[in-house]
This record gives sequence, structure tokens and C-alpha cells, in this order.
Amino acid sequence: MTLRTLKQRLLITAFAAAAATNLLAEVTVIQNGTIITITKGTFKGSVVIKDGKVVEVGEKVMVPPGATIIDAGGQFVMPGIIDCHSHIAGEGNINEGSVSVSSMVDIKDIINPEDIAIYRALAGGVTSANILHGSANSIGGRTVVIKTRWGVERAKDLLFEGATPGIKFALGENPKRAGNVQQQGGGAPARPARYPATRMGVEDVIREAFNDAKAYQADWKEYNAKVAKGERVAPPRKDLKLEALVEVLENKRFVHAHCYRADEILMLIRVADDYGFKIRTFQHVLEGYKVAKEIQQHGAGASTFSDWWAYKLEAWDAIPFNAAIMQKKGVLVSLNSDDAELMRRLNTEAAKVVKYGGVSENEALAMVTYNPAKQLGVENRVGSIEPGKDADIVIYDKHPLSNYAKVQKVLIDGKVYFERDKDMSGRSLKDAEKKKLLDKEKADQERQRNEQKKNAPTRRPANAE
Amino acid sequence: MRNNYFLKTTAACVLFAATSFAGTDDTFLLRGVTVHPVTSAVIDNTSVLVRDGKIAEIGAKIVAPKGMKVIEGKGLHVYPGMIDSGTNLGLSEISSIRESVDTGEIGVFNPQLRAEVAINAASEHFPVVRANGITTVITLPSGGGRRGFGGGGGEDSPMITGQGALIHLDGWTWEEMDVRRMAAMQLEFPQIRTVPARFAALAIDAGINIPGGGGTQAAKRTFDAQVKKLNLFFEDARRYQKAKIAGTVGSHPDLKFEAMIPVLEGKVPLAVSADREKNILEAVKWAELQKVKIVLMNAKEFGNSLATLKEKNIPVILGPTLALPEYDDDPYDQAFTRPSEVFKAGVKFAFGSFNNEFVRNLPYQASTAVAFGLPYDEALKAVTINAAEIWGVSDQYGSIEKGKWADLMITDGDPLETRTQIKQLFIKGKAVDLGNKHQRLYEKYLARP
Repeated sequence: MTLRTLKQRLLITAFAAAAATNLLAEVTVIQNGTIITITKGTFKGSVVIKDGKVVEVGEKVMVPPGATIIDAGGQFVMPGIIDCHSHIAGEGNINEGSVSVSSMVDIKDIINPEDIAIYRALAGGVTSANILHGSANSIGGRTVVIKTRWGVERAKDLLFEGATPGIKFALGENPKRAGNVQQQGGGAPARPARYPATRMGVEDVIREAFNDAKAYQADWKEYNAKVAKGERVAPPRKDLKLEALVEVLENKRFVHAHCYRADEILMLIRVADDYGFKIRTFQHVLEGYKVAKEIQQHGAGASTFSDWWAYKLEAWDAIPFNAAIMQKKGVLVSLNSDDAELMRRLNTEAAKVVKYGGVSENEALAMVTYNPAKQLGVENRVGSIEPGKDADIVIYDKHPLSNYAKVQKVLIDGKVYFERDKDMSGRSLKDAEKKKLLDKEKADQERQRNEQKKNAPTRRPANAE
Repeated sequence: MRNNYFLKTTAACVLFAATSFAGTDDTFLLRGVTVHPVTSAVIDNTSVLVRDGKIAEIGAKIVAPKGMKVIEGKGLHVYPGMIDSGTNLGLSEISSIRESVDTGEIGVFNPQLRAEVAINAASEHFPVVRANGITTVITLPSGGGRRGFGGGGGEDSPMITGQGALIHLDGWTWEEMDVRRMAAMQLEFPQIRTVPARFAALAIDAGINIPGGGGTQAAKRTFDAQVKKLNLFFEDARRYQKAKIAGTVGSHPDLKFEAMIPVLEGKVPLAVSADREKNILEAVKWAELQKVKIVLMNAKEFGNSLATLKEKNIPVILGPTLALPEYDDDPYDQAFTRPSEVFKAGVKFAFGSFNNEFVRNLPYQASTAVAFGLPYDEALKAVTINAAEIWGVSDQYGSIEKGKWADLMITDGDPLETRTQIKQLFIKGKAVDLGNKHQRLYEKYLARP
């Protein structure tokens, strides 16, 4: 057994318990909690969940007989957190950086339901995440929205069914890096430079691609029209790269554009205007506060970090007031993590926009729940606690904006996927399991060594190593 | 540099309405505040008299001498300024731009290098960090950001990287920022490293050979060679020390060995990077043989080494609490619970950011630890008095006590909570400007038509 498979076995056995906790009962009632609905106020009350959906929320509700009761006395009940920018659950590299336009590749194809980061995000209250391609190319790969249903065996069971797929664009330092070849470490040969190497080139790459996409779209329209008229003609050659861009033009695929500086944000808005498509979200968008007016006019959302700055030149003018300014100027703002660790505490990231810029507490929490849901076009399903919505809910022991708050339970589609108490009580079992596997591996190696000794020739030739 | 922002905002701030500006700027009475001395119980509704930058008296009945500036702080809280025990502040401006980064010099042994002289007093980081109540940091000559605390690597990788300085986050020059010029000598202790490090470490612990590997043996050889080299350097330094005492050094002092003398005399601790149980125990064993004082930096996985650290009275600077678990099958809250475990073992600790961009978030390392089991008072100590003790300045800093310098932050609540606002900051009794680059850009662009 290799260490990798050993690792996987450990994980599978250790967390099987978590998957098995899914409640069988159809009705669940969360009682006595402070319910932060986000859209309909905050009050002491209950949430009734039936068949995975919220059916009633209120100060007083009827508890159906036989319902499973979750007592949230003294606790805070909030919609599950939605991270609009994450790279978890991607198997291997999420950056197809060899070409300037990689819209033919799809993150959906490399989703790995066994990535432990899913469980950790869940334990941090995250129930949905936008899983993006990397930022090496001006136009990157296709993206997908998942729910953090830890324990499912098939990748497709993680996917947020019905969510509009997306595509990653990237501006600024990252996409131009491939054009500015740096000496690689370890004496590796320098890779050949590829276009673009400047922000000017980044614009051109996007324009060229949409130029091609428009022509491709026209070819298909012409073909379809001819076919409709009963003409027998050969179809245009399918181009997987351009198909994704045609979907963008037809508003069937959302553009999530990685960006930092004001100039490049404005540039992309004008390119989109020219080609008649919309930027769904600007991602990171650390200088968004400088062009909040233009972002608002375009109708794009902004998904930003709370307080990252100074780690590279394009983050030099980043300020923790970014979210607050953009929000005040009418932009739909969310806070994201882009990081498997930070993802686990987006609730306290929200507290930072209360601190920096005086955003209201409810609006701050909306920035990690309802606003990202809107940005991903799934606000009719998730992002707030309302009748008819998916029961994606997180329960904290203290107010979620407090640094002292811990996630106690997380429900997705009404099923409990994380319980802190169970996680804690399962640890000794997990440790014992791990020890057993390691002992077995040690014994196996010992046996193999003994066998090798037994089978080895008694006298080795003189020229042996 | 000081005061402008304070003066600007005072007029609008009812809480400071009684301010009068008679007297020197480091002498005043702070009235009606709740004082959190850290080293003793909280005192409600009291006053703090600061004279010539030092805390002269604490008590409800203090009357301001005629002409003394009075600051009304009703409803506000006073804490000692916070101390970050692991940064490169001032040495690194934008971590991805080599030209703006002065950490990580070339060479294996560089005890003569002084972080302090390369500190850019005009760095934009200082005002940003102090705006959140941090008055003091240790700046280390290597690590942080990309050039990583913890090092490790080949036989020629740096070991002694230079002298860390404890500095105030205010001053026109690095000299004016000085708290303790040589607070620590940084040592990247050799580590047994193989690729992939995580699995190799797991395998070593379990006594398993990595199939087709052989990497562990090579790594052990490198480790042994490095330790040998380190011991030889210390041996040479000791010979030099003896020669110096004997007066036989002559007219050509060796700057490297000169710098080692305070370390050999036990006056300056070695800030030793060692992150895992085996490395920690090796470092402790080594320090004992060399009879040097050490502080453990950014340790992550203590295993069974905590009892030893307690027994040998070795303090620890904990790396980020806000971190992922070491291994895939570790508990999800491993890093969050670590401070509590270290506390329970009776080991003295403080917090370090070990990352320049997030130094202002130091208090949240502490509060997350509280959420996961660390007593609140201990969390507060870990960003104040413990750090002062570890870096040898607790007689002057780290708590609100008569006779200590008035490094104070005034808040509207618990400084470990993100939502709390820092209302005012004093370094050596002088009000510090809380304005910074971020505040300026905020005001500028909020006003964009």
C-alpha cells in the first residue's frame, strides 16, 4: 500500500461517520435560536424544514408530530455561507496556463469529492462555493458551483444543480506573467514566453477571442437558418473554446473576472460593452473602489477580499474599505476567500467590513450569504432563510460576527453534514483506526524485509554495490 | 508624524471633548476609563496619570494638576499596546517585489546582520498596523512572506540569519523606533526535510520507509552535516570570546564573532525556527549542549515536546492560529486549539503573525484561540506581557503598571474582537496618528463624484 492510498483510506474511514448522520426524518425543526434570515430580519424563533426545503420561519411555528428537533437555544442560526471564489475540490492543477485562452477546459471535470478541504469549509459554515479555474490566462477555464456535501461518493453529487456555469477571466499581473518569463527554480529550463506580456495584450487577447466567437456564432446561425429552410449543408466545425464564449454572448455562462487595478477593470467593462456581454462578477477587484461608479453602471457584482494588501504591486492600493465604498456606491458586493483556510471563517471576514467602513451587521453578513447567491444567480435557492429555499443553514454558538463564534452544525438540503460534537467525539476512534493502519503497514514492511533476506543469495558477487 | 490625525478628529469626538492642550504632549490624565492592566484585575471607572511618557498613577481619585491635559474617556477601555512577536515589518514592503524586500541575506552564518538598520521608518505598513492597536513588533532579518520562516533545505542554506529588533511602530528614523536593538539572534535550526515533506515526516514518525525513497537517509545526512557546521561555528565563536577576555584578539576584531558574544553570554536569546516535534527536541537538545537561551519560533506540531519545553522553561512564539491543519487527517481545528494546548502544558507563549500583510490581524489569532479553549486572559497576555517578557522588556512594557512606559490603546470594547474600534493609541505617552494610506484612499475615493 502506498502512502497515498493509506492516506485516502484513513480519510474515508475517518469521515464515514459524518456521511452517516444524514437524517432520515423528513421534517426537521430548528428551535429557540436567534434566526438571522438576512432578508426578513433577525428574531428569536424557529425554522421548519421539510424535504430539504425551508417551509416556515417565525417566532412561533407549528411543530409537526414526529419532527426531528434541533435545539438552538442560545445559538445563532444563519443561512449557509457562500464563497464566490474558491479552488477547493479541484484534483491537481487548476491552472491550464499553456495558452492565453483556455475556455475549452472545465473545472467540472476535475472535481474531487474526497478533498478534505470540502469538510473543513463545511466546518467553517460554507455550504456553497464557486469553484474557479486559475488566473494564468486572460480567458481561463469554465467554472462550476458546488455544495459542500461532504461524504458523497460521486463528483456530480457535489454540483449545485441548476446553477448557471461560469468562466474565469483574468487581468493584470497573473495573465501577463507567462509573457514575462522568469528564471525557474532548480535549474529548470526557462519556458518560452507566450503572449500577452502587458495589460494592453490582455485586452487584445480578449477582443480577438470574442471577435472569433462572434464569427463562430454567426456561422452557426447561418447554418441553422439554412437547415430550417430545408437546405442540406455541412455544419461548421465545432470549436469547444469558442462555444463557451458564445454562451457568454448569449448570457448562458457567467463571466467571473479576476482583476486588481482600476484601469483593467474599466478596460474589461468597455470590451464587454463593445461585444454586448456582461461581466457577472469582478473577482478580487481590489481597486474596485476607484471605479465603483463604472462597475455599478455596468451592473456587475464585485467579490473581494476583506483586507488583503501589499503582497504584490497590483495589491498596493488595496484597502479594507473597498467593500464598504463599493456597497455605498450601489455595487452588489460579496466577500470571498480564494483560500482553503480563510474560507473557514468568512463570517469574521464580514466583521471586517463593519469595522472598516461601517457597513451594517446584516449587510455585512449578506456579503457572505445573500449577495454571493445573487452573484451566482442562485438566490432563489440559497443565501437567506425563507420559505421555499433550500435548507442550507449554519448554527453558531455565538453571534457569527464575533471572533469567539464556533460553527456547531451545518445543514445542506435539510441534512446535517457537520456537527461539531460528533466530530469531537469521533476523534479517538479515528486515531485508533490510524494507528491500526500504520501498525499494519509497519508489519507488512517487516515481513517483506524478512522475505527479502531469506531469498537473498548467501554470497554476493564482489562487484556488488 | 504624530498628532495631526488626533487633533483633526478630537474636535468631532465627544469622548475627548474635555481635552485641553496645556503641558507637554506626553503628560496627561486619562479619566473615567476601564483599565485592563493585563497583569492584574480589570479596574472600572478609573483614571490613569501619564507623566513624561510613563504611567505615574492609576486610581479613581487622581486629580489633574493645574494646567495638565485631561482626556475624558468615559465608556472607553484602556489596554497595553499589543506586541507582535514575528514580523519583517520595515524590511519588506511588497513581498513579491525583490527590490522592496531586505530579508534573507546570502550566507550560512550572519550574526553580524542587524535588522534594525534596514528598517524603512517611512514604510506604509507601520501606520496601517498600529491603527489596530499594535504598538510594538519584533522584526526579524529572515522569513515571513515568501522567504519563509523555518527555512530548511540544503547543506549551505542559511542558519544564523542575523539580529532581530524590537521596535515601536512610530518614529522618524529607525533609531527613534528602537525598543531593543538586539532582541534576538535568529537561527534557522537544521531540519530533516525530504520530498514530499509531509508524508516523509509522517513516515519517519511511524517508523515506515518510503517505498523507493531513500530520501530520509539523505536528509538525515544533510541534517547531521548542518548541525556539525553549526557546532563548529559556535566552537569558533567561543574561542574568540575567550581570546577577547584574554585580550589576545588583536587589532582586527571579527564582526561575526563579536556579534555572537551576547548570545554566548546568555544576554540575547536565539530565536530558533523548528516546527515539528523531532526538530523541536533536536533544537532543545542542541541548545542545552551549547548552553544558550532559546525562544522557539513558529512551532506547529509539538507532539510530546511540550513537557520538555515546560521543564526547560523555553518560551514559544506561536505561528498563525488561523492556519490549516498540518496533515489531511488532522482535526479541522488543529491550529485553532494549539494555543490552548500549549497553555495547558504550562509553556509560556506569545503570538507572531509571520506574514507582513496581516500583522494588523494579530489580535484575531488570539481570539480564535479563545473560541477553541484558551482562557481569555491568557490570550490577552500572549499579545502583551508575555511577549514583553520573552523579549526581555517586561520591566518597561507589556502591561499597565506604575513606572512602565505608557504604550496604551484606547478602545470601545474588546480589542480581540474584529468589530471593536481603536480610538486612540499612545506610544511612550505620545498620541500616535491613526491615519494611514488606507484611510486616506478611503476618504479620497468615497468623495469621488
